[in-house]
Amino acid sequence: MTRAPDSLADRLWEAVTSGDEAAAADTAIAALDGGLDIEDLLLDVIAPLQGRIGSEWAANRFSVAREHLATAVNERVISALAHHPAVRERQQARRRPGRVAVACIDGEWHALPARLVTEVLRLRGWHVDYLGAQVPTQHLVSYLHGTGPAVIALSSSIATRLPAAHAAIAACRATGTPVMVGGAAFGPGGRYAARLGADAWAADARAAADRLAEGPPPAPPAVHRQVIDDLPHLADMEYAHVSRTAPDLVRHVLDGLASRFPDMAAYSEQQLHHTAEDVAHIVDFLGAALYVDDPDLFSGFMAWAAGLLAARGVPARSLLPALELLSERLEGRPRAIAMLDRAHTEIRNARNGHGTRPG
Amino acid sequence: MTEDGDGSPGVLDPVSRSAPHAVLTVEPSGVISRLNDAARGLLGASAGRALAAAAPGWLADAHRALEDLVGAGTATASGPIGDRVFEARAVPLHSARGAPVPTAWWLADITERVRLAEDLAAERRRMAFLAEESGWFLGSLNLERCMEAAVRLAARHLAGAALVIAAPSGPTYPVAYCGSDGDPEHEERVIDLAEVPGLAEAMRGLPPPRWIDPSDVPGWVARPEPGVQGAIAVIGLPGQGVPAGVLLLRRRGRPGFSESEETVVRLFARQAGAAMAAARLYGEQASITETLMRDLLPPPAQHLPGIELAARYRPSEDAERVGGDFYDVYPAESGGESLVVLGDVAGKGLEAAVLTGKIRTTLRALLPLAGDHRRVLELVNAALLHDGGTRFATLVLASVRREERRVRVRLTSAGHAPPLIVRGDGPIEEAPTGGSLIGVLDEIVSTTAEVTLWPGDTCLMYTDGITEAFGGPLGDEMFGEERLYAGLAGCGGMLPEALVERVHMLAAEWVRGNRHDDMAIIAITAPRRSERGGS
Repeated sequence: MTRAPDSLADRLWEAVTSGDEAAAADTAIAALDGGLDIEDLLLDVIAPLQGRIGSEWAANRFSVAREHLATAVNERVISALAHHPAVRERQQARRRPGRVAVACIDGEWHALPARLVTEVLRLRGWHVDYLGAQVPTQHLVSYLHGTGPAVIALSSSIATRLPAAHAAIAACRATGTPVMVGGAAFGPGGRYAARLGADAWAADARAAADRLAEGPPPAPPAVHRQVIDDLPHLADMEYAHVSRTAPDLVRHVLDGLASRFPDMAAYSEQQLHHTAEDVAHIVDFLGAALYVDDPDLFSGFMAWAAGLLAARGVPARSLLPALELLSERLEGRPRAIAMLDRAHTEIRNARNGHGTRPG
Repeated sequence: MTEDGDGSPGVLDPVSRSAPHAVLTVEPSGVISRLNDAARGLLGASAGRALAAAAPGWLADAHRALEDLVGAGTATASGPIGDRVFEARAVPLHSARGAPVPTAWWLADITERVRLAEDLAAERRRMAFLAEESGWFLGSLNLERCMEAAVRLAARHLAGAALVIAAPSGPTYPVAYCGSDGDPEHEERVIDLAEVPGLAEAMRGLPPPRWIDPSDVPGWVARPEPGVQGAIAVIGLPGQGVPAGVLLLRRRGRPGFSESEETVVRLFARQAGAAMAAARLYGEQASITETLMRDLLPPPAQHLPGIELAARYRPSEDAERVGGDFYDVYPAESGGESLVVLGDVAGKGLEAAVLTGKIRTTLRALLPLAGDHRRVLELVNAALLHDGGTRFATLVLASVRREERRVRVRLTSAGHAPPLIVRGDGPIEEAPTGGSLIGVLDEIVSTTAEVTLWPGDTCLMYTDGITEAFGGPLGDEMFGEERLYAGLAGCGGMLPEALVERVHMLAAEWVRGNRHDDMAIIAITAPRRSERGGS
């Protein structure tokens, strides 16, 4: 594997983040023509670039608009590369039998990782059906019945989509199709992948292609599994409670915050709305952590959120009252309380609330 | 039992003598000292003979092994004697410490018990197999996958190798094969049914299974399989009404099934056949639906000369692919105006989609009149009223033309939310257009707006599924236009696909996974730079 020179990454970064699609495509294609391996270009230059776009947004150095623009340009660069004659030639030369499907689970907006997997698998000679971002599980199932690929690769970036990912994995496997998963949602080292019944997990596009080169995972056993079979801890109904009463939990926290902080009365509608959204996010991540029974997931999110606030000049401590109010409302739910307590302690003890982006 | 009841040597006491089990006493030296009648009859031996010579090896071995077990209680062993199976139980006759003692062996006939246990185990294996197999077949509605499951399971549990030929689709027959490697393969093959004896009959669903010789069939049926010799069974797979195909099992040994095997094979054939028939039916229905739906689905991405365009559509029901929102893009014939249409029919689901189909067809026919939006809307209105339905629709027509670096857009809304102009440098404007709903009044009015898009400007059209999305962090609010405008703030200069995604994402995250109405969004952008290699 040859590393692309930094100057290429820099030039591409410049073009992509300024929204100069033509310059970005020219730079990428020139690198390809100059002998850089297409797989390396996609995975060692373009993929990290996308990661950097996300970090810039998290650090409040990019506006939402700029993040969207850069992402869209990045996608267009990938399309331009995919149509390059040298790339097509290579796809043809390595043509192998067998069809693979790639999709993002329902509610998953980050299409780029799935897109990269698609392009790399095509380069390795697979016939790939790319189903795109946020595919409803129903559509996945009818697609699988109709087309019958050897394997379906599902991508999910955000941990709050894990319950949806679980449903999608189970539905795909019930059609007899093995499921490979990937994306940050599945946790460090893909720790949730097996818990949610996936047949294989891949850390990135290259690992996914290498795994499939060994042959697709065997078809899953035809046993109808219930959610509770994979995740027996759900029997305590804590996840069900938190997800069902989420609006009520958010309302409770907002009311509590308003009585604790009289300043909130002066908040604009916009500010109130942002606060409500932030609280809703906390509740969503608490739900996801309860779903997979991993306190790290919730603590990781809270650390990340603290970092995000810090980057916007808001002290991380301001998250503490929300956690306290949630604990108050979730009395008698030991798993949830333990997770809230732990996150509370960690934020209190952290000097500089910078975390890595959660799954 | 230490004393001889009748005093004669080598004979056990009267109780043991007539016991229903064979009993014999063996001295430490390994010589049989006494036997009862049953033992004498069973072994055909008399007292004084060595056990090793009179009894089967397993019993002699068990007796020798007793030396290691002194004081450890009773020992048991089992094995065949003649054509029966016996369980032997040793009882030491003295418990004098350390001294070698004679042993009484009681032999119980357990032939029946063993057979029942074996039958039970076999039955359990068959049950497990049938349960596994029905699980496979219940899950899949894909013909190829059903066939692969059938041959894989059959090759593992019923035969050395299995082949399934499905009823033909067109000129070819789908064929799946699985040999002893357990790896199924699939192909489409042109088959002359006369090539294989019994195939034509089985394909017509005529029972019973027929056995044929591998040397009578072509190589693609009797493939070389190491260690699998013997006959091939040709078994029809019953479908729903019409036969689903044929199963060929390559078996070790002689032709013929045992009674229990035949039951299992018949059940298997019925389930495999039913699954294949259902999968085929599903496939045919899906393909019919696909064909009928084609005109109702949003068009694939369209390229307009010198103009960037992105569109997105999401029906309200996840299960459905169509609904009451629609859009169409008609590229200009030559240098003229392209027409972009966004519409929303009251209602949702398939019924609404059918009406969108009618409106779209009408609009297509009216394309030559697209220069006059008012006229087009009047004609569509008349057509809808004439149709006599109670449904109505809202529409936006956008005629788009590139002029040097600018894009000119003529916009007419008929009862629809006015399109938004997102300027490249940030400001958001509502296009000043409005008009009556379509399909309600005989006379309609409309105002057309003329808008110029400068490089980086976007004209954004959306349906009310966006603004009426219901949810929010507290689950009780409509998304609304204000939040949409707020969400678009700072989005000037975005590429159209990013803008469309942003709007969709804002609304979708607002409903937070709950039910929503149909959503359609379309963005028309004046390119910021001249296109690569283009005009």
